[in-house]
Amino acid sequence: MGADLAVPVFEPWTDPQAKPLIQFQNVTKRFGDFTAIDDLTIDIFECEFFALLGPSGCGKTTMMRMLAGFEAPTEGKIFLAGQDIAPVPPNQRAVNMMFQSYALFPHLSIWENIAFGLKREGMPRAEIAARVEEMLRLTRLEKFARRKPHQISGGQRQRVALARSLAKAPKLLLLDEPLGALDRKLREETQFELMDIQEKTGTTFVIVTHDQEEAMTVASRVAVMDNGKVIQVATPADIYEAPNSSYVADFIGDVNLIQGQATATGEDTYALHWREGAAPLTIKSPNAISDGQTAHLAIRPEKVTISADKPEGADNVVQGKVLDIAYLGNLSTYHVELPTGDVIKAQTANTRRISRRAYTWEDTVWLSWTATGGVLLAD
Amino acid sequence: MRRFVLIAVPYVWLLALFLVPFVIVLKISLSDAAIARPPYVPQFDWVEGIWAFLSQLDFENFTWLIEDDLYWKAYLSSLQIALTSTLLTLIVGYPIAYGMARAPQEWRPTLMMLVILPFWTSFLIRVYAWKGILSNEGFLNQFLMWTGLVSEPLQILNTTTAVYIGIVYTYLPFMILPIYAALERMDDSLIEAAEDLGCSRMSAFWLVTIPLSKGGIIAGCFLVFIPAMGEFVIPSLLGGSDTLMIGKVLWEEFFSNRDWPVASAVAVILLLILVVPIVLFQRNQQKEQEGDA
Amino acid sequence: MKRLSAFNVVSLTLGFAFLYIPMLILILFSFNESKLVTVWSGFSTKWYGELMQNEAMLQAAWVTIKVAVISSSIATVLGTMAAYVMVRSGRFLGRTLFSGMIYAPLVMPEVITGLSLLLLFIGIGLDRGVLTIVLAHTTFSMCYVSVVVSSRLATFDMSLEEAARDLGCSQAQAFRLVTLPIIAPAVVSGWLLAFTLSLDDLVIASFTTGPAATTLPIKIFSAVRLGVSPEINALSTIMIGIVTVGVISASLVSKRALVKQRREEQEAVRAT
Repeated sequence: MGADLAVPVFEPWTDPQAKPLIQFQNVTKRFGDFTAIDDLTIDIFECEFFALLGPSGCGKTTMMRMLAGFEAPTEGKIFLAGQDIAPVPPNQRAVNMMFQSYALFPHLSIWENIAFGLKREGMPRAEIAARVEEMLRLTRLEKFARRKPHQISGGQRQRVALARSLAKAPKLLLLDEPLGALDRKLREETQFELMDIQEKTGTTFVIVTHDQEEAMTVASRVAVMDNGKVIQVATPADIYEAPNSSYVADFIGDVNLIQGQATATGEDTYALHWREGAAPLTIKSPNAISDGQTAHLAIRPEKVTISADKPEGADNVVQGKVLDIAYLGNLSTYHVELPTGDVIKAQTANTRRISRRAYTWEDTVWLSWTATGGVLLAD
Repeated sequence: MRRFVLIAVPYVWLLALFLVPFVIVLKISLSDAAIARPPYVPQFDWVEGIWAFLSQLDFENFTWLIEDDLYWKAYLSSLQIALTSTLLTLIVGYPIAYGMARAPQEWRPTLMMLVILPFWTSFLIRVYAWKGILSNEGFLNQFLMWTGLVSEPLQILNTTTAVYIGIVYTYLPFMILPIYAALERMDDSLIEAAEDLGCSRMSAFWLVTIPLSKGGIIAGCFLVFIPAMGEFVIPSLLGGSDTLMIGKVLWEEFFSNRDWPVASAVAVILLLILVVPIVLFQRNQQKEQEGDA
Repeated sequence: MKRLSAFNVVSLTLGFAFLYIPMLILILFSFNESKLVTVWSGFSTKWYGELMQNEAMLQAAWVTIKVAVISSSIATVLGTMAAYVMVRSGRFLGRTLFSGMIYAPLVMPEVITGLSLLLLFIGIGLDRGVLTIVLAHTTFSMCYVSVVVSSRLATFDMSLEEAARDLGCSQAQAFRLVTLPIIAPAVVSGWLLAFTLSLDDLVIASFTTGPAATTLPIKIFSAVRLGVSPEINALSTIMIGIVTVGVISASLVSKRALVKQRREEQEAVRAT
């Protein structure tokens, strides 16, 4: 994904020698009785595109506002390039923020909006002009420099907000739901534009979003948050393929969760006893689970194969009846009810026309998946 | 530090010019008429403390207010005049507000401005305008005699009727605006839904429109009632010698009789009477705001 | 759009007739030849001429304008500060008292406000005159200003100020460069409101003035108490005229700005 695929591989978080740009050390933030951030420790590295992902109210915006300096941690410390930023007021931090509402100054033109931060620095006039032009070019806004914010479209406003926050060349750019106000198509285009600009400027981006697709698309690493805690920090691929908890597995994408008692049957191999009388499921999973512990098998619908005849040699096979079919155009999701009453979702690509679909409602089908198809998550 | 200055400046101003004067009124209302005769210098001897203040408390002025029936008659009559004219203003104002809210969208700003415009023009002038209309040889009597409804001029000016007209006229915008605001927010389809569910036009009005504009009606009534209660200009220009209103009594007590302790006592009681409606009004406004949020 | 029903047409016509006919009669008779203001005897502007000769009246007008300009300007500064405190300062010691003191003068009967201020001025031995009227007017009109400004500040997008801070502004700079220009219309209308309240005030001015400073409303009041005079009609006409021109032009200007902004916004949407 994006920067990940670049050679050499950009993975400073695996390098013990790398110094993080931002360090949260046991940060807690309380508003009265409400704990917004709960004992949070996290490192963010230079040039990362770091996404904070979670439902509303999970504390992701509070984290961002602490970085910008609009909130102070109740406990713990935040370091920016090794320096404790608690005493630094927001107007003196080498951090800029792109607001969810964009917060463009309505009484100033686009040009003046972008120049606003530069003027506060006392930069000479000619340099300001050059820098603003550069920003306008970067965000393809040259034609709109003289207009007021209400005279341009939503997508253009978003780019002005980006240009304005990048103009001061901050070490760190914070983006609060930067694409939330755009419609779907424009959002997808803009995601790639953001990644492009991030790469060109080499700025560290921290983005807050509740949209998992957006986080997966743009970020080098994603932190999934819930109730003021970080549940998992990993690359998008790891978050999806190897979630560390059923919360993460459930939050990102679609997943089948099957509960049972695990027993180890070999190195990394477990048998999950999930229903009385049903054959145990075979799972190969890196997470260590002690014998007899209750655990969840998390398996993505696209990793479950559906077939009319019993497949030979599959690690796990169950039989059921098609309960529902969700037709999504390119894909179809089959909801299959097992004799036990459980419903398992299986997804297949629609490589054939719909009229030639192999299964329909009430058909008896076989579902199968490999031992490595899912992960086993301790409760 | 900056925050401190920001708070302190308006705070101190209001303390010095709003709260302290009010405490003085309270103190004088409780002091003796003899020492309070002008030139009067209130003694702020805080050293003597509250005890001295309390021991000097003198309710004589209040007793006086109760014993002399002029005062409680004036309170009662102010209350009655304020209530009646609030009701009249509501009856006159509601149809106007309703008509405005029903008017085509593009007329509404103009109608709004027409309601607000009189509010910006001098209150005194608007009351004065009625003097020429209501007098014995005024336009209203000329008109009535011309139509043959009356054979000789009616005495309207210098009566309580003229005071009602004056209050309704000057406070009408205060009634119209909140009701209009409530009605304008209302969704037209609610009436259609009510009719669809079997209401007649009339019952839809009573069952849907009126309850939904309740907040506006209450706000409008308080906005008329509260100032009407302490009104001075209208009764003194349009009312007669028999029109008793407490604002006028206070004025005369102060300027004509120069009895400051009694004037202060009158003011304190007037305020006590107004505390209830003011608190109720504040509640209503808060409820409305929460309803919007 | 639906047509107005007959009932609505009638109620609007009668309502606005009630609001405007008294003033129209007043204006009409300021151009009457005769001294009687109820009998029309021919067009004349002589009462305006006499008004211009009336030194006392002109003097009072000058005092009134002076008081109104000074008091509304101070009230605007104090009221804006108070509004900012109310909306932004969160909790502080005596906040309830503070907000009480902001709202109370709005509903306080003028006779009480006037009386209490007079007793204060006498108590501290301040000579009554222009200064005392200015102090009194500033006190009650700052509350109106603060209500107007705080209702604007309440809907003000906080992130604009945060953005300014983020881009390097101190708190004061953020207010001066971002907040103030955006809330300026509310501050201006607060000033206008304070100005007209001061121009209009009879009761508080009567209590707090001294022999040296007579304002126009005091002058008018003492004249009209005795009866109706065409000269007062002429004066009223001038005052109504000024206010009408002011209010109408202000609303036209703001309406045009709004229409322009709407059109530009629509164009911006179409351009995408």
